Amino acid sequence: MDQLNLDDIEALALGATLLGTGGGGDPYIAKLMMRQAIEEFGPVEVVEAVDLPPNSLILSTAIIGAPTVILEKIPAGTEFVAGIRSLAAYLGKEPAAVMAIEVGGANTLLPIATAAEMGLPIVNADGMRRAYPQIEMTVFTLGGLSAGPLSVADEKGNRCVFETTTNQIAETLARTAVIQLGLANAISCYPMTAGQLVEHGIQGSITYCTRLGHLLEDVKAGREGAWQTFLDESESVEFFTGKVIDLDRRTTEGFARSTVILEHLDDGNRTMRIEVQNENLIAFEDGEAVITTPNLICMLDSETYDPITTESIAYGNRLIVIGMPCAPEWHVEGMLDLVGPRAFGYDLDFVELPG
Amino acid sequence: MNKARDLRVGVDVGGTNTDAVLVDSAGAVLTSVKVATTPDPIDGIRAALDAVLKGADTARISKAMLGTTHPANAIIQRTGLDSVGILRLAAPSSLGVRPGAAWPEDIHTVVLRSAAIIEGGHEYNGQPIAPLDEEAARRFAGDVQANGCGAVAVSAAFSPAVTDHELRAGEILAEELGFDFPVSLSHQVGSLNLLERENATILNAALLSVAKSVTDGFQAALAERNLQVDAYITQNDGTLMTVEEAARFPVLTLGSGPTNSMRGACALAQVSDALVVDVGGTSTDVGILVEGFPRESSAAVEVGGVRTNFRMPDLISMGLGGGTIVRGTGRDVAVGPDSVGYAVVTEALCVGGGTLTLSDISLAGGRLDGFGDSSLVAEVDSATVTAALEWVDSQLTVMVDRIKSARADMPLLAVGGGAHLIPDDFPGVSEIHRPENYQVANAYGAAIAEASGAVDKVYSYDASSREECLDEARELASNVAIRSGADPEQVRITNVTEIPMTYVPGGGCRVMVKAAGPLA
Repeated sequence: MDQLNLDDIEALALGATLLGTGGGGDPYIAKLMMRQAIEEFGPVEVVEAVDLPPNSLILSTAIIGAPTVILEKIPAGTEFVAGIRSLAAYLGKEPAAVMAIEVGGANTLLPIATAAEMGLPIVNADGMRRAYPQIEMTVFTLGGLSAGPLSVADEKGNRCVFETTTNQIAETLARTAVIQLGLANAISCYPMTAGQLVEHGIQGSITYCTRLGHLLEDVKAGREGAWQTFLDESESVEFFTGKVIDLDRRTTEGFARSTVILEHLDDGNRTMRIEVQNENLIAFEDGEAVITTPNLICMLDSETYDPITTESIAYGNRLIVIGMPCAPEWHVEGMLDLVGPRAFGYDLDFVELPG
Repeated sequence: MNKARDLRVGVDVGGTNTDAVLVDSAGAVLTSVKVATTPDPIDGIRAALDAVLKGADTARISKAMLGTTHPANAIIQRTGLDSVGILRLAAPSSLGVRPGAAWPEDIHTVVLRSAAIIEGGHEYNGQPIAPLDEEAARRFAGDVQANGCGAVAVSAAFSPAVTDHELRAGEILAEELGFDFPVSLSHQVGSLNLLERENATILNAALLSVAKSVTDGFQAALAERNLQVDAYITQNDGTLMTVEEAARFPVLTLGSGPTNSMRGACALAQVSDALVVDVGGTSTDVGILVEGFPRESSAAVEVGGVRTNFRMPDLISMGLGGGTIVRGTGRDVAVGPDSVGYAVVTEALCVGGGTLTLSDISLAGGRLDGFGDSSLVAEVDSATVTAALEWVDSQLTVMVDRIKSARADMPLLAVGGGAHLIPDDFPGVSEIHRPENYQVANAYGAAIAEASGAVDKVYSYDASSREECLDEARELASNVAIRSGADPEQVRITNVTEIPMTYVPGGGCRVMVKAAGPLA
């Protein structure tokens, strides 16, 4: 794939919902924005980081705010452009490409809309290849890259650039700015060169996401063997098919925490419990952790094979739970301290997927 | 001497049949009728009223309730819809997604005539995004006239919380277009989620002519029969709107059919927590009653391909009804999904027709009596009957199991004209109720419907305690219900939903409360 156009949107959105692992923000609005931007400005070129001059500048964009607010105050599109431009002005250098920090959820598609509007390519790489709730939870942090300087922008022309000492402080400062700016804003962080992205980023994320979306489209269309092909290509493991028998939602410290309990469809004695903090983080079968972050826990409707977000889960839903390996780039020193079970407050060891 | 005015008449227009019931103050059914739904539904309503009122003392009737699928069909068939101009107050935000962005092309072409996004609307904390651009609103009114729009829909960011800008825009449009020009304001139609609320408001505006023909027709039909009554229309949640309100907010009636049937089943069987299986002529709906009201769907609801944020009954539906056509024999039998629909009364084998339907199977299998002649189905071989009934049972079992939220057995209410197809024995079901008058549960649901009020507001639990906020919301909802006609002595809270807002400071929480009570 060297170009993204209107025909790719559905597959990309499907893949992005899957990689959102239950969170990441509903890509629905981002999908509509991507469609409008491509209709207006034309298709978006996809480039590999390695094909760009090593010292060229890559700038990211993402939406930051509160999901409930974003559904009421839809982005203009211009705030993402403004965020990138203000960071470029601060750095005194023009970007060669736009990047998604988080290929998973809404932030997969928004940067593509922004790239269309700016007439720039989207780089085929990211910092998560799944969704996480905080800015510092990237492979870039593990590679020693700084989230700052970073910019936050709104749709009215307000922009700020922060210099930050740690990526955790970057998260705190950005969130504080966003509260003042209406909780539906643009952030551009982790400015880096193409060379740094080649060294520390997850390569191929956009094509990976689109490929998963196409494979799921085949499954949804009922093509023979499509589910097995999907599992094989994504190296996923099917763990459980069950029915939601309990659902507990609560919000603490700004996270949407919930616990989902499934009862196996064929064996009422088997249950699976999934712990959620915006994203699905740990799956327990009969009390034992079987899938843990940073591997992906994805739930799909057992009939339609639609990936299911936590907020849309209801009692009685019949779901397939799969475990997907996280991008191999995560497996470097410091991974578990940053995104392992203990980083989210679970006193558990990381569990490898079987097979 | 004043006679007691203690009766009410309920009418429900379904896809196949129009049903009517006459009910006394204790809720007892005095008469019930079923007639065929007509191309112009008002004809069916007239026929149903004539039949149900035959011999009744019409002076005793004080209220008439109508549930109708007419507006829903107008959307699904894209007929009779007005063209709409859409004014969104949210710029400079929201420009990334145009009004009507995800509408199917066929309805987009018919309905969306003109659109503008102008400065206005509010932030989550109540601050204006920008002052309302009144000049732009006047210019938009000019576009509406130039493009010949039949109605206008106005939406604004966070209007469910701050209504000022939509109200002011409504005044400006009235000044420019005349006070009779139909304008729908989004905060009066839907709740939070701008795009879905805007979609619902556009649909509402597009339905105003259809709604007027229904409410005028209903009132004319009542007047022609010398009924001096208060007239109501049922809405999505099974409660009532006056005909005047229904004429302004027709989109709120779109999901009323299944709700009426479930509410009716609940009242007829005197069971408030149960599964409801409604088998009609063409399709079966399975839903679940929780404390007397249908459990609502959590997912976005599409109406004719347009995404809205209405809360509709959580239903599983499939093509299985009394008129469903049965083909093949023995183990090779194939059932549906097509149906002869209302023509089952003439087309089915058991009434001398030429089509093998599930009603014939039910009769041959001993489930149906009181309809058709069993000698006419004697030639249907028993293997075919057994296989078709096994198919019916397995489909119903799966639907019931899918809708259940817990493993514990629950009672099941069997309603609708095709309810005879429901077997007496079901896994996961504690007992099966076949309430009297089950065939007209939907019209009964309309006749016994209550008045209601709803509140959808964002509270800060840090500013005042959660209990104080919930108390205020409960009181607001009760007051709305009373204003809608509920008896102040009997209003009760029927639903409280809290949605914590992630990443929003100050313990922000969206609170949705519903109250309902019998008409005073």
